[in-house]
Amino acid sequence: MRVLVCVKRVPAPGAKINITADGLAIDTAYLAFTTSPHEECAVEEAVRLVEQHGGEATVLTLGPAEADEQLRYAASLGVAKAVLLPIVGADWDPQRTAAAIATAIAELESADGPFDIILFGNESADSGGFQVGVRVARSLGRPIVNGIKGIEVVGDGTVRARRESEVGLEVYALPTPVVLGVKEGINLPRYPTLKGRLGSKKIEVGQIVPDVAAGGQRMVTLLPAAEQVGATTILGHGPDAAAAVVDLLEELGVL
Amino acid sequence: MSILVVVEHDRGTVAPATFEALTAARSLGEPVHAITLGASADGLVDQLAAHGAAVVVQAHHDLLADYGPEAWGDTVAQYVGHTSPSAVIATGTDRGNEVLAHVGAILDLPFVANCLSFDTAGAFDTAGAADPWQITRVRWGGSLLEQCELSATTKLVTMTHHAVEATESPGIASTESFAPSLEPWHGRSVVVDRVERAAGVTLATAPVVVGGGRGVGSPEAFAPLEDLASLLGGVVGCSRAVTNNGWRNHTDQVGQTGTRIAPDIYLACGISGAIQHWVGAMASKKILAINTDPEANMVAKADYAVIGDLHQVVPAIAAEIRRRRNA
Ligand SMILES: Cc1cc2nc3c(=O)[nH]c(=O)nc-3n(C[C@H](O)[C@H](O)[C@H](O)COP(=O)(O)OP(=O)(O)OC[C@H]3O[C@@H](n4cnc5c(N)ncnc54)[C@H](O)[C@@H]3O)c2cc1C
Ligand SMILES: Nc1ncnc2c1ncn2[C@@H]1O[C@H](COP(=O)(O)O)[C@@H](O)[C@H]1O
Repeated sequence: MRVLVCVKRVPAPGAKINITADGLAIDTAYLAFTTSPHEECAVEEAVRLVEQHGGEATVLTLGPAEADEQLRYAASLGVAKAVLLPIVGADWDPQRTAAAIATAIAELESADGPFDIILFGNESADSGGFQVGVRVARSLGRPIVNGIKGIEVVGDGTVRARRESEVGLEVYALPTPVVLGVKEGINLPRYPTLKGRLGSKKIEVGQIVPDVAAGGQRMVTLLPAAEQVGATTILGHGPDAAAAVVDLLEELGVL
Repeated sequence: MSILVVVEHDRGTVAPATFEALTAARSLGEPVHAITLGASADGLVDQLAAHGAAVVVQAHHDLLADYGPEAWGDTVAQYVGHTSPSAVIATGTDRGNEVLAHVGAILDLPFVANCLSFDTAGAFDTAGAADPWQITRVRWGGSLLEQCELSATTKLVTMTHHAVEATESPGIASTESFAPSLEPWHGRSVVVDRVERAAGVTLATAPVVVGGGRGVGSPEAFAPLEDLASLLGGVVGCSRAVTNNGWRNHTDQVGQTGTRIAPDIYLACGISGAIQHWVGAMASKKILAINTDPEANMVAKADYAVIGDLHQVVPAIAAEIRRRRNA
């Protein structure tokens, strides 16, 4: 089984997001970077699929040269191959990102054969466009369902996928080759082993330079979200505060 | 020109966010058409008319008997192809975003998800693009906003839930039937089975949530939080640090990639208040932080705080509740 997983490098802000002076990016001077949580789970799922069914997993990202870090992190968990679609400067819009990824997948598949399963995150953590995976699947002519919290390969080229809805669970039975948008909670991602980390330093990261036109959505500026600021009432210190807390609960009518 | 609203429903039960989309659509001053997918939604006409739909388009096909992103996407895209509305507005939910992503992909149109508001005056003048919209949308699950410009002949947008308050605009809608041409392959991504959840209080709907973070320290140490939650008729939630450690199931996680909660009160115990956790908790009516660190972001943002060790404070609250009940 050949599995591809697409991830995006994003900053990992803590208590507050600061915007750069030009308004076009998050100030990352003091921030670490990570992979979106949904995609961390997609990487874990890719590794598990290969552990269960054999084959090989590949990770792909479109981003700055530094996104090498996220590719190697995936490799440290058991992904065998990594591909970088290098871009310079600001993030690409979703249409452009999807077109570049679809073109790269076609190139990878013409060299090594089709991917049975391609995994995306449900949405990227930063821009949250909810669409790159769908656009890629459509241009490859493959089925896609988003929000997936369970994947089971049932043989005869069918994948059963589960997603949560307002009322419970929905089940889909999809033919391979298939594309799935995964949500956090589908699994608990593992941590890299020392051996994995050492191995990931040695893999060769393939490069496909993307060349596609911009789409119809252009970022103008980032704005801070409205903050709910107000003074905090300190009800007390330690267990002695219990009476004040219960007074409050009574006042709010939740007791 | 018209505005098309995609009605989100599940086997005929309409999603309330649809009325927000209709309200947003009305503000554009063009006739609003609402499209329902599948015969199970035929009964929604009156509700849609009450919220301002002038025309209800009822798409009928065997493959629309249940939800399927490809069948829904192609149906909407075909109708857009026939009628060229100036915009398509859908709900900023799992389904709404998914369907419009398909429409965008099929028609090769840009799609802007989770909008808060839009300015259609074409304030920006980009070469080659007719009347771009200036849109404010949410990023980072709501921790950050973005202004962007959308240039397209038909604008595809979803409204983030609660961005506009749904209001009625009573009227009478005409109905129109639409038969999309769907192929058997569209059926490959239609729901094949469902498992309904047992009724009961869920994290998303609980009136009280007792949340635990890394400060709780272990899976066992959640027992006093469970006890307090059950005394208050609530449920336990947690931070991602907790789920990442495998202490609790992801279904308990509050935040950007977890559940959005909106209880009467959220008791956040040993949670630092990272922005991705905060966006899931900020709709709580009141927040009480219990933290050893008076400088923690959660303490700064909360309405109330107790500074102290949650392992002492939480059992003391439970004991005080029992004491008063027995008094
Ligand atoms: C893209 C992205 C998405 C994310 N999505 C989510 C999400 O959905 N939900 C989420 O929660 N996080 C999410 N995170 C992670 C988030 O950034 C934080 O890492 C996480 O919320 C921290 O959890 P915590 O507050 O429990 O732990 P910490 O930040 O380690 O805080 C622990 C707190 O406990 C206090 N404490 C310690 N001991 C005690 C004690 N005995 N008594 C009282 N207080 C004590 C400390 O003072 C501290 O404030 C996301 C991150 C990213 C990058
Ligand atoms: N720059 C990128 N490189 C690789 N994959 C991406 C990129 N941007 C988005 N994706 C994938 O597409 C999914 C949906 O992204 P989005 O449409 O931005 O919400 C993400 O969860 C990723 O799996």
